[in-house]
Formats: sequence, structure tokens, C-alpha cells
Amino acid sequence: MQLELSAEDQAFREEMREFFTMKFPQEIRDAVTAGRELTKEQIVESQQTLNAAGLAVPHWPEEWGGRGWSDLRRHLWNEEMQAAAVPLPLAFNANMIGPVLAHFGSQELKERFLPPTANLDIWWSQGFSEPDAGSDLASLRTTAVRDGDHFVVNGQKTWTTLGQYGDWIFTLVRTDPEVKKQAGISMLLIDMTSPGVEVRPIELIDGGHEVNEVWFTDVRVPADLLVGELNGGWTIAKFLLGNERVGVAPVGTTKRVLAQAKELAGAQLEDPFTRARFAELENELLSLELTALRVVAHSEGGEPHPASSVLKLKGTEIQQAVTELVLDLAGPAGLATGEGAGVPEWAHLAAPTYLNMRKASIYGGSNEIQRQIIARTILGL
Amino acid sequence: MDFTYDDEQDALRDAVRGLVGKAYADFEQRRRTAAEEPGFSEKMWTQLAEMGLLGLPFAEEDGGVGAGPVEIGIVARELGRVLAPEPYLTSVVLAGGLVSAAGTRGQRAEVLGALSAGESVLAFAHDEEGSRWAPSASAVRATRDGDAWTLTGVKEPVPHGARADLLVVSAALPDGGTGVFLVDPDGVQRDGYTTYDGGRAARVTFDGTAATPLGTPGQDLEPTIATILDIGRIMAGQEALGAMEVALAATTSYLTSRKQFGVTLNTFQALNFRAADMYVSLELASSLVQWATMVLATGDATRAADAAARAAYQVSRASRHVGQEAIQLHGGIAMTAEYSVGMYAARLSALDHLLGDGQHHLARLAAGIEGYGAIDPLAPTAGRG
Ligand SMILES: Cc1cc2nc3c(=O)[nH]c(=O)nc-3n(C[C@H](O)[C@H](O)[C@H](O)COP(=O)(O)OP(=O)(O)OC[C@H]3O[C@@H](n4cnc5c(N)ncnc54)[C@H](O)[C@@H]3O)c2cc1C
Repeated sequence: MQLELSAEDQAFREEMREFFTMKFPQEIRDAVTAGRELTKEQIVESQQTLNAAGLAVPHWPEEWGGRGWSDLRRHLWNEEMQAAAVPLPLAFNANMIGPVLAHFGSQELKERFLPPTANLDIWWSQGFSEPDAGSDLASLRTTAVRDGDHFVVNGQKTWTTLGQYGDWIFTLVRTDPEVKKQAGISMLLIDMTSPGVEVRPIELIDGGHEVNEVWFTDVRVPADLLVGELNGGWTIAKFLLGNERVGVAPVGTTKRVLAQAKELAGAQLEDPFTRARFAELENELLSLELTALRVVAHSEGGEPHPASSVLKLKGTEIQQAVTELVLDLAGPAGLATGEGAGVPEWAHLAAPTYLNMRKASIYGGSNEIQRQIIARTILGL
Repeated sequence: MDFTYDDEQDALRDAVRGLVGKAYADFEQRRRTAAEEPGFSEKMWTQLAEMGLLGLPFAEEDGGVGAGPVEIGIVARELGRVLAPEPYLTSVVLAGGLVSAAGTRGQRAEVLGALSAGESVLAFAHDEEGSRWAPSASAVRATRDGDAWTLTGVKEPVPHGARADLLVVSAALPDGGTGVFLVDPDGVQRDGYTTYDGGRAARVTFDGTAATPLGTPGQDLEPTIATILDIGRIMAGQEALGAMEVALAATTSYLTSRKQFGVTLNTFQALNFRAADMYVSLELASSLVQWATMVLATGDATRAADAAARAAYQVSRASRHVGQEAIQLHGGIAMTAEYSVGMYAARLSALDHLLGDGQHHLARLAAGIEGYGAIDPLAPTAGRG
């Protein structure tokens, strides 16, 4: 066992820190620090800045812009980005469809899509969930029927995050209704400007518009936009949802917010209960960070560490607890969320952020699903 | 940065597991050993010595092995897995650690040599009524007459105080501060009893008892005691990890075998989820304790004190959670003394209260929160960013 980073990894960490804090657009970092919602242009600029420096998709195969880093370096890269309030590369592009195309896509699909995906010239949306297919994703009903060299797609997707910005959507569709539900699913890439695609906004409890319904009515999709095998979509979905072990727990961001909260707390820090809450969250966060480090250090070229399933579960719980603490610190000022309210920006944003963050334990495999995974696959229950 | 044991450390773990597993994996055997005086196996103590484990923390010139915190942690964790009743933590880590840190050359060679060889058991007589884990002493006072020192007052509870061949006693010094003394227990009044985790402790009364100052006579050793207590906290954390691992394993195996309503209990997701949460608690505590063990290895006492408090706090929470749920998910059988799980919960509770419980450490941590922004566990120097 060894505590410290090797000299090379330490130098790597400093190099990352320097880039993110010195060479990255300051206004974007300021917006993230303040907890403001970013515009589409800021998200695109951010990823393009990273991509130009080779830092947007370091975990992809090297041929497509990957850097061949160890899991530990990926972890450090990810943490330093969060610590510096640099927005992470768009997950749909960088963590979801990119690795899927690199792994399952035809050479043609790779060449066509991977470079613009890395550079966020194409904004991807994720079209998996449906009104009756949430945790039980395999019961999805959106159909794709072969018609010559096209598929004709009908159905409805929901919860499509930032679908209003989407250029393309990667979807799971039912291509064989006769077989066991997992066996009849395929993955299709759909141009969101195609006739018959309609995106309708959903308003969330924080008042924001970050998710959408996406309706498909007789949408014609060229058959060569099928990813992998026909009816092989479930394998791809499992790959997509399961290949993340770096960065599933947003430790860096939560740490930054917690440290900021200490400053915002002001005189409230004299209250011993408030202090204890800080100390408790810091300790939980430290244990989470160390668990993440154990996981990345262990998975070096081997099987994923079993504890990786702890990261999403605990990471989101702590993330939520920190937003709750910030809202409590705002206290009555947190009520002043209307237009024209004169309270400090952080207090004004505290309640929407707290409400918005309830999502973290629901999406991407709810915390109950994580518990189920731990119970089944780790504990053998 | 690496959280895995190397080959030698793996071999050490396997060897310790082999030895204590043979003796105590059968819980009934462990119960019999703990029931008879002195509450542990003298034979096992000798075997631990033969394997070099009792001398692990001490310098070779003092008769020890000169190993580091990681190795000591491995031993503690394995002893924790089987609830081995031998007083490794209190005799070797605490009492021995103090002699090693503060003793004169002669004292170290004599005391640690015998301890390493398994020829003696030390007791650390430090707790006093109302002291609640302070590194200082006040109820036992040292008096000096020329070169002769005597102690007066009561120490309780003193783990294995009745069996010990030598007492390592903290006492208030005449000119202020806390000193440490070696006391031959012959002639000291010792009232021994069994503790709730099946261990042994004693009330030890000093009444003008002759004592030898450890190290330089009259020197305030409070900072040294504090450091040894911090080391003890991290090693108690290791022991607790071992106990939690086994308590969780016992629980999952019970859930997959016990039938009610015609099916095994793991058919009920409500129970599986609670077991999953136990796993989460254990993994987080495990990460923190392993980290604290490595921080200890850096030799930076300030950093280690912080790490010890953090580890102790996390372990306290986890061990209550795991211990309580292990009992609950077993149902009535866990309440019986023959079944191991209840004793695991008892031992976890005893470890929690030995060197400072969660609330104690949380208060310590809470007192310092504005001294830093965020914690950086990998920082090359101060440990904080
Ligand atoms: C803000 C937000 C953004 C999202 N973005 C996207 C996106 O971009 N693309 C996309 O495809 N999807 C997206 N999702 C959808 C998300 O993946 C689903 O919400 C999630 O899978 C849960 O499904 P559900 O909402 O239908 O809840 P349900 O599956 O109906 O679950 C309801 C409750 O029951 C629990 N539960 C369900 N099954 C079990 C079980 N077997 N055992 C125990 N408990 C269970 C759940 O944990 C939950 O607490 C998003 C969701 C949100 C909230």
C-alpha cells in the first residue's frame, strides 16, 4: 500500500490543474462556481476547448482521440476538472454514445460520427426511457419496422435531457416483438431534424426546462444507422450503462460546493450543529473519494472493483445532502426566488438546486437499482 | 497511490488468518477460551510471539521486528475477524507503543524484548473516572522523593489489568503535565472482571505504589500519549473492519439459508437492501481506515491525528450500523450467546468506546472545519488543500 501519487502522476495532476485553472475560459468557470445554468453555447465552447487540448475524450480508443491513460489518471483528470469548476464533457457524447460507437459501430459509423461527437459538433441525446419503461428499461415499446433500406420508427421517449439542443438521438427501439423482451431490442441513431420527430418540453420542480418528451411518428431512419447487430441492442445498452467506473461519483464538484458553503455560512459556523454537519459531510465525502481511488487503483487493467457500485449510490446521497445543507444555510432567504428578489445569488439558487438535485438518485440506475446490484452481484443475495 | 497489499503483506495476512482461524473460526472454541481465565489463550499468545507478531511494531534493536503500520493493521484486522481475545491492541499497540516511543534504551530492550517474546503481557492503565479519552491523567498522581517515585489513585477500566505482568500507567506529574510509569503489579490492588465483549479489565488502585518513570523522569508525555492513542484508534479501526466483514458475511449467508414463509429470506428485497447498505458502510469505512493507516506510515503526527479522528468517526458509524443490522436481520438467534453475531456487535461496541466514540471524534473534527477549504487526501505534504 502506498499513499502518495508517483512523481509522474503528481506531475500529471499538476499539469491538469494548471490547464483547467489557467487556460480555460474564466467566465464559464465563474458561471459553474455560481451554480448558474450554462447556455448551449457555453457547453459547446467548453467541450471544444477541452477537445482542442486533447482533454475531451481521453478514455476513448487512441485512434479516435483517446490518450491511453490509466484509470488513475482518468480519475485525476476528472477530479481536477470538477475542482476547477470546468464543465465535464457532455456525458451523452463523451461517456455514452462515443464509447459505444467505438466498440460496436461499423467503420463507416465511426468515421462519420466519432470526430464530431468528440468535438460536440453533434449534440447527442439519449432516447432510452419511455413512460412505461424506466428502471425496467427492457419493456420499452417504441418500434422500428424494416421497410426496404429504412427503419420506420413510431413511439415515445421521455425524460430526454437537453433534447431541445439535440442534433441526434441514440435510441433503443423494439425490432422484434415476438421474442423475450431483452432479445428484441436494437440501437438506432436518429437525426432529430427528420420529419416526424417532435420534441416537447417537460417542466421540472425547479422550474427549469432540462428534460423533454420525444415523439416519433413514422420517422424514416436509414438502415445503416443501426449500431451493432439487429436485436443486439440490449448488450449495447448494458455496455453503455455499465462501463463507467471513473467519475460516477461527482466527488470533485461536491467537494468544491461544500468548501464554498463553508464560506457562505458566515456567522452560522458558530453553531456547533452546523459545524458537525459540515464535519460529517466532509468525512463521508473523504471516505467516498478514497473508495473511488481504491476502485481506480484496483481496476488497473483488471476486473472492476466490486465497490464501484457503491460510488453512484453514496455519491448521489452526499451530493444531495450538500445541496440540502446549502438550502438550510440560506434559510428564509432561500424563499426569495422570484424575479426581482434582492438576496445573494447563491441563496436565490439554493432551493432550485436542492430540488433539481433530487434527480441524481433516480436517473442512471436509481439508488434502489444500485442496491439491487450490490445485493445480487456482490453479496450473492 | 495504491491500496493493495504486496506479496509479503498478503503472506502475512494468510499466515495470521491461518493461525487464529484454526483456533477461533469455530465460535464455540473462542467462547470457551474467553470464558476461562485469563480470558485469552496463553498458548496463542506464545504462538503470536513465535510468528513475530507481538514484536511487529518495535525496532529490531529493542527485540522487535520493525514493521510498519500496514503490517500491524493486517494483524489487527485478522484478529478482529475471529474476535481473537488476545490483548494485541491494548498490550502491544498501546502499552508497548508507549514504551517504544518514550522508554529509555534499557527500558525498551527489557520491556519490549519480553513482550515480543511472548513472555509478558502489558496493560495500559490510562482511563480514569470521567476522563473520556483525554490524553492526560489527573486521578492518579505521581509524587517524587529524590529519585524515588510513587503513584496514588485509581485507574479503571484497565484492559487485562489483572493478568498483566507489567503496568504502563499515566499519572499527573507534580509540576504539571502527564508522565508515564512502569509499575510492577505485585502489591498493587487489582480487582479484575469480565467486560461485556467477553474481555477482561480491572480496577487498579495505587496507594503510594513505587513506580519507575518511563523515559526522562518528570517529562510531560501527554503529546506522546496522544499519538499512541491515535495509532490505537486506527488499529482499533482495523480490528473493527475485520469484525464487520465477518458480521456482514454471516448475515448474507443467513439470508440465503434461513427459510420463512416457505422461502429463503433473500427473497425479500427489503432485507437485501439493508444488507446492501451494510456493505456500503463497510466499504467506506474500509477506505478511510486503509488511508489512515498509510497516513500513519508517513510519520507525520499532526496528519495522523486528523486521519485517526476521521477513521474513528467513520468506523464508529459503520460499526454501529453493521452490528445492529447484523442482529436485526438474523432475528432471535442473534440474541443468543452461543451464536456469534451478537458477540460481534458487542465487540464492535467495545472497540468504539475504547479510544473515543463517533461523537467524540466528530466534535474534534467539527472544531477545526474553518482551518481548510476541502480535504485533499493525496496532498504530498499537509494533507489538506
Ligand atoms: C432529470 C432526469 C433526467 C433524465 N434523463 C434521461 C435521458 O436523458 N435519457 C433517458 O433515456 N432517460 C433519462 N432519465 C430517465 C431515468 O433513467 C429514469 O427516470 C430512471 O431509469 C427511473 O425510471 P422511472 O422514472 O420510470 O422510475 P420507476 O422505474 O418507475 O421507479 C419508481 C421507484 O421505484 C423504484 N424501483 C423501480 N424498480 C425497482 C426494483 N426492481 N426494486 C426496487 N425499487 C425499484 C425506483 O428506484 C424508484 O424509486 C432521466 C430522468 C430524470 C429524472
